[in-house]
Amino acid sequence: MFDGRDPLYVQIADQIRADVLSGALAAEEQVMSTTQYATTFRINPATAAKAFTELVDEGVLYKRRGIGMFVADGARERLLEQRRATFFADVVEPMLEQARVLGITTDEIVARLTTGEQR
Amino acid sequence: MTGFGVEVRDLTARYGTTTALDAVSFTLRPGVITGLLGRNGSGKTTALSVLAAFRRRTSGTVLVDGEDPWENERVLAGTCLVRESGDVANDQKLRETLEFLGDRRPLFSRELAGTLMDRFELDPLSRPDRLSRGKRSAFGVVVGLASRTPLTLLDEVHLGMDAPSRYAFYDALLADWVEHPRTIVLSSHLIGEIERLLEDVVVLDRGTVLTASDAETLRAGGVTVTGPADAVTAFVVGRDVVARQQLGRTAQATLIGARPDDAALARQHGLELGPVALQDLFVHLTDRPAAASTTEESR
Repeated sequence: MFDGRDPLYVQIADQIRADVLSGALAAEEQVMSTTQYATTFRINPATAAKAFTELVDEGVLYKRRGIGMFVADGARERLLEQRRATFFADVVEPMLEQARVLGITTDEIVARLTTGEQR
Repeated sequence: MTGFGVEVRDLTARYGTTTALDAVSFTLRPGVITGLLGRNGSGKTTALSVLAAFRRRTSGTVLVDGEDPWENERVLAGTCLVRESGDVANDQKLRETLEFLGDRRPLFSRELAGTLMDRFELDPLSRPDRLSRGKRSAFGVVVGLASRTPLTLLDEVHLGMDAPSRYAFYDALLADWVEHPRTIVLSSHLIGEIERLLEDVVVLDRGTVLTASDAETLRAGGVTVTGPADAVTAFVVGRDVVARQQLGRTAQATLIGARPDDAALARQHGLELGPVALQDLFVHLTDRPAAASTTEESR
């Protein structure tokens, strides 16, 4: 786990965002503490804390003093909105770029998308 | 107390005609877990021994918590160096060593020592000279962690331990560091297992500092480029290529000095970028002949 090219704290934050998006982490649910994260994945606690700081700044998590980190109300909706806004730039354009390299035409892609939707 | 900071400037240490450290400069941030990485004979143990005043420097400046550690009672009371040998009385029962340290070191935790002794299955009535290498290393870890010194230097202590004991060591280190943040240095040439434990990294090579930065910056500098051989060759022109492999018409090059626009450029040419583990980066950085260790820029 966490073996991508991005900085470790970014990968940790991405994992938590993905869990919030998929519903694995619900609003007002408590997330693992920095210590639990650090010891579970054998990661420097300062690195784990950096991921949490980023998520708090984004409004995905919030801190309850002395208790821990919780998923913010409406976090999933906000993440969905952001992901939708960047979906074409992040997902579709790289795919089209790949298709161009591989010589796959737009018609073929459209055909596949249409049959995919029917399934 | 979040730990002692360390400032090393132009530190030179010679043994007779051998120069172990040649005008080395680096800093250790207080309260941070730093990896001191280097091949055998790169000067790691000498550097740590100077910080802990186990040996005298030839020249240069060393400041631990702002003061020269040499014959400095206050600083040395807050410093603990454990070398692979364990640095403990060999013919004394482990329990006696722990009691001695408990009396002598103000922050020593008998409770943590007891927990770790159990965890590593160490018999308090045994003696270091009757223990296996792994158990002796484990006892070194007990001493190093339970001392809770503001500057804790662990010199390759984990190398002799078996895998379950090493994992127990990493877990205990992280858990106790969260509760009692302090400056910790882990020295090693085996990096894979410890790389994620490190916030900062100092790489020594042949008695000099090759690089010193936070681990993330060092790691992010390395990147592999994989794809059609021609496209890979075109991509790496003018770059610092440290390794190259080819399998049929597919090639993979490892670069140091990743750039922000690399991802977009790679996508455009149908190339894939991948991470480089700190261990691999370390091997690439320290496996070069001395003369070629500077960046070759062909621009």
